[in-house]
Amino acid sequence: MTAQPLDTEQSQAAPTQFRPADLRLVVVGHVDHGKSTLIGRFLHDTDSLPDGKLEEIKAISEKRGMPLEWSFVLDALQAERDQAVTIDITQIWLRTPRRDCVIIDAPGHREFLRNMVSGAASADAAVLVIDAGEGMREQSRRHAYLLNLLGLRQIVVAVNKMDLVGHDAGRFEEVRRSVEEFLAELGLTASAVVPVSARHGENLVNRSPEMPWYTGPTLLEMLDRFEPSAAPVEQPLRLPIQDVYKFDHRRILVGRVETGVLRVGDQLLFSPANRSARVATIEHWGPGQAPTEVRAGGTFGITLDEPLFVERGDIASHAENAPVLTNVFRASLFWIGRKPLAPGDSLTLKLATDRATVTVQSIDRVVDTQTLGGGDADRVRTNEVCEVTLRSREMLALDEHSTNPATGRCVLVDGFDTVAAGVINMRGYPDQRQLLTVKSTNIQEVDHLLNATTRAWRNGHHGAVIWFTGLSGAGKSTLAMRAEQRLFQRGFQTYVLDGDNVRHGLNADLGFTPDDRTENIRRVGEVASLFANAGLIVITSFISPYRADRERVRKAAGAAFHEIHIKADLAVCEQRDPKGLYRKARAGEIAEFTGISAPYEPPENPQLVVDTSRHNIEECLEQIMRYVESTIALRASGAA
Amino acid sequence: MSTHLDALEARSIHILREAFACIEPLGMLWSIGKDSNALLWLARKAFFGRVPFPVAQLDTGMELPEVYEFRDRIAREWDLDLVIEHCPPESEMDPTLPPASRSAARKTAGLKNLTERHGFRGLIAGIRRDEQATRAKERVFSPRSSDNAWDVREQPPELWDQYKTEFPEGTHVRIHPLLHWTEMDIWRYTRREEIPVVPLYFARDGKRYRSLGEKNITLPIDSSASTIDEIIAELSETRTSERAGRTMDHEAEDAFERLRSSGYL
Repeated sequence: MTAQPLDTEQSQAAPTQFRPADLRLVVVGHVDHGKSTLIGRFLHDTDSLPDGKLEEIKAISEKRGMPLEWSFVLDALQAERDQAVTIDITQIWLRTPRRDCVIIDAPGHREFLRNMVSGAASADAAVLVIDAGEGMREQSRRHAYLLNLLGLRQIVVAVNKMDLVGHDAGRFEEVRRSVEEFLAELGLTASAVVPVSARHGENLVNRSPEMPWYTGPTLLEMLDRFEPSAAPVEQPLRLPIQDVYKFDHRRILVGRVETGVLRVGDQLLFSPANRSARVATIEHWGPGQAPTEVRAGGTFGITLDEPLFVERGDIASHAENAPVLTNVFRASLFWIGRKPLAPGDSLTLKLATDRATVTVQSIDRVVDTQTLGGGDADRVRTNEVCEVTLRSREMLALDEHSTNPATGRCVLVDGFDTVAAGVINMRGYPDQRQLLTVKSTNIQEVDHLLNATTRAWRNGHHGAVIWFTGLSGAGKSTLAMRAEQRLFQRGFQTYVLDGDNVRHGLNADLGFTPDDRTENIRRVGEVASLFANAGLIVITSFISPYRADRERVRKAAGAAFHEIHIKADLAVCEQRDPKGLYRKARAGEIAEFTGISAPYEPPENPQLVVDTSRHNIEECLEQIMRYVESTIALRASGAA
Repeated sequence: MSTHLDALEARSIHILREAFACIEPLGMLWSIGKDSNALLWLARKAFFGRVPFPVAQLDTGMELPEVYEFRDRIAREWDLDLVIEHCPPESEMDPTLPPASRSAARKTAGLKNLTERHGFRGLIAGIRRDEQATRAKERVFSPRSSDNAWDVREQPPELWDQYKTEFPEGTHVRIHPLLHWTEMDIWRYTRREEIPVVPLYFARDGKRYRSLGEKNITLPIDSSASTIDEIIAELSETRTSERAGRTMDHEAEDAFERLRSSGYL
C-alpha cells in the first residue's frame, strides 16, 4: 500500500467534535428518473468521494463502452452494474457545509418497493426525483403517498434531466405545478422544487448558468435547511420494555426511552397490566456516574421499588397521558406480502417490543395511490395500500400514530416474513383503559343471605340479562317492548332497559363519542346484572356496537348473560329509519353514526340471531319466547 | 459530551438487547480489531458488565503475535466465554479464488464450522456500512441460508427497528450492531470510553496498521500517528479507504461481493 502523506492539500474541513446530528435523507422517484445518478454526482460535487473512486467509475464505464456513469458510485454490486438498476438501499455519507448527511438510495423499480419503504422509514427528509420530460409517473405518485404515510414532512422535489428539455422554464413550471397539486392532495407541501441536471451537476451544488430564470435554492442549500428529527423529549413518556435481566441480585428492566424523559423517582404505569411502581434506580455500567434521567432516544436500565411482574412488550408511561388500551384498532397498511391479504387472516403484530397475534376483522378500504381514490375490496395485493381493522385476543398498549409515532406504528409478520408496515388510528373505537380501572379501592362486597336458586324457585325462572344488539332500526326496541309484555303476561318478572330511556336519566351525562358509548354500555351492563341478581329477566335494547363492550357485560353478568343479535341489513334499517336518524347521518348532521360513520361489530357467537328483515314481528317474538322458555324458565312449559 | 456518540451507543445497545431477547443461542464474533473491541465494550454496557454469550475468534493462526497477546489478556480481564475456532487450511479452499481471497475463504469456512458446531441461531459481528460498498447494503439483522449464503437481492425489509427475528430452522441471522458507525466514530468512542486496542494501530518506525487482518494479507500504512488523538487527526485528513490495505478487496472488481455472498463477514 502506498504512503498517505499527512500534508495533502485538503479543502474538506475536518469534522468538528460538536457537529450537528446527521441528516438521514432518502432519495425516491420513478425508475430511470435519475436517482442514483443524482446521488453519485452530488457526492462528487460536495467532495464526498474517497480518492480513486472517480477513476474507478471512469474505468468501469469505459470498460462497458459507456460515457461516465455516475450511478456506478452507488451501484457497487456486480449484478447491478449489469442490469443498470438499483436493487437495494445503499447508505452513504455526504458532507455538506453544515453537517454529514446519510443518503439512503431508494430504488424505483416496482418489485423493490419494500426496500424503498425500509429506507424511507428511517429518513428525516426526502428528495423526490422527477424526470422533466416524463413528469410524474406511477412510482413518483406511489412514493409520495408512502412518504406521507410514513410521516415524512421535509420534502424537496428535484426536477431532473432539465438538459434534455432544453432547460426550458415553461416545461419546469408545468411539472412543478402538477407535482405540487398532487402533493397538496396528500396534505404535503414541498419545501422547494428545484430544476436540476444531475448528469451535468446543475443546481445540485453549483448554480446552473443554463437556467438563469431559476432563482430558488440549490439542492444543497435546501438540504442544509432541513433538520434531523429532534428527539421527542416533549412528548408523553413511553418506555417499551425490551427485557428483564436477573444477572445478579438486581432485577433490571431495560429498553429505550421512545418519547419523553425518564427520571429516578418517577411513578410508572405499566400497560397493558395497568399496574404502577416507582423507579428506584437507573442502572449503569462503565465510566462515569449513573444518570438521574434518560431522555428520548437513550437506552435505560431501571429497578423498581416493588416487585411488579413486567415482561418484554409492556409499555411503561406516567399515569397521566398513558397509552391507549384496546383489543381492536385500525391501521393504514402498506402490504408487501406476496400472498393477498384477506379478512380473517391471522398475523403476528410487532409493535414497539410487543408481539401479538391479530386477526383481520375487515378490510375497510383499498387506496389507489395513483388517483388517491378508495374502493371496497376483499383482497389486498402486493404493494397496495389499505385501511384495515385488526383485532387481538389480548389487550394491547398503543398510541395513535398521529399522537405518538413510536408506539403508533407496527409491522405484521406472516410466518418468517414481514408482510406489512402500518400506522395506527382509533377512529370509531374507544380507549378501554377506564373499564379496567376500579377507581375506589376500599370496597368490600357484602354477602347476601339469599342465593340465586332461592330467588329462582320463588319466580319460576332464573334471573337473566337478555342483551339485544343490532343496528339502529333493526327492531330492538319494538321487540323488547313486545317481549316484555308477553313475558309479563306469562308470569315472568321482567323489565326493559331501553337506550333512549336510560340516556334521559342514568346516562344523561353521556354523548355518542366512542368513549361515551363504551361508558353507556358499561353502566347499563352493571345495572342489568344487578337486576338479574335480583331475579328479574332484564331485556336491554342498545345498539352496543363494540364486541369488547358486550364481552365486558358478559363478564359482569356471568352465566345470566344471553346475547341476542337483532339482525337486519343496513339497507333495510336505513329504509325503515323510524327516527329519521339515517337521513341525518347521511346528511352529515350526526357524527359517528353506527353503520354509516362508525363501526358495528356483530356478535361472533350469539345465543340467538333474530333476523327481522326475513321474519315478521310475531315470528320474531315467538323465536324469543321459545328461547326464554327453554333456557331461562325453570319448567320447560313456562312459568304460567 | 458528544451527543452523536451517545446516539450511536444507544442504538447499538438497543440492537444487542433485541438480539439477546429474541435469538438463542447467540454468539459474538471477535476479530480482536478496534471495531469488535468497541462492540464487546457495548455488550458489557448493554448487559451491565458481563457478556452473556460466547465470544468467538476465527483463528487462521496467521494473526500477528500482538493480536494473540491482546486476545488472551482481554478474555481474562473481562471474563469472556472465549471460543477459538481454528480455520481449515488454505489447501482446502477454492483454488479459482485469487490468493488473498483464498485466505479470507478460510475464515468463511471456519465461520461455517463454528456456526454448525455451536448451533448458533444468531451471530453478532462488528461490520460497518462505511467500510465497503457491499457492506453498505447490509441489514442490522441479516438472514443467512443453511449454507451460510447471503442473498443480497432478497433482503428482508427493516423498518422502525423491527428486525428479522423469525427465520427457518437450520438458518441463522447475522446481527450488526455497528452498521451505522464510521471508522472515525469508532476511534472517537474508543478514546472517550478508554477502550483498549491492539498496539499495532499506533505508529512505530513510521508505519501503523489502519485495519487488522492476517499478517500475510494486510499491510501497514505510512503514518506517524502514535496516539488515538493523532489517529483521529490523521483520519480527518485522509481520503483513502480504510480497507485499502486489505489486498483481497482489490483483486477483482467483484472479489469482495463473492466472498460475502458465500458467507464472509
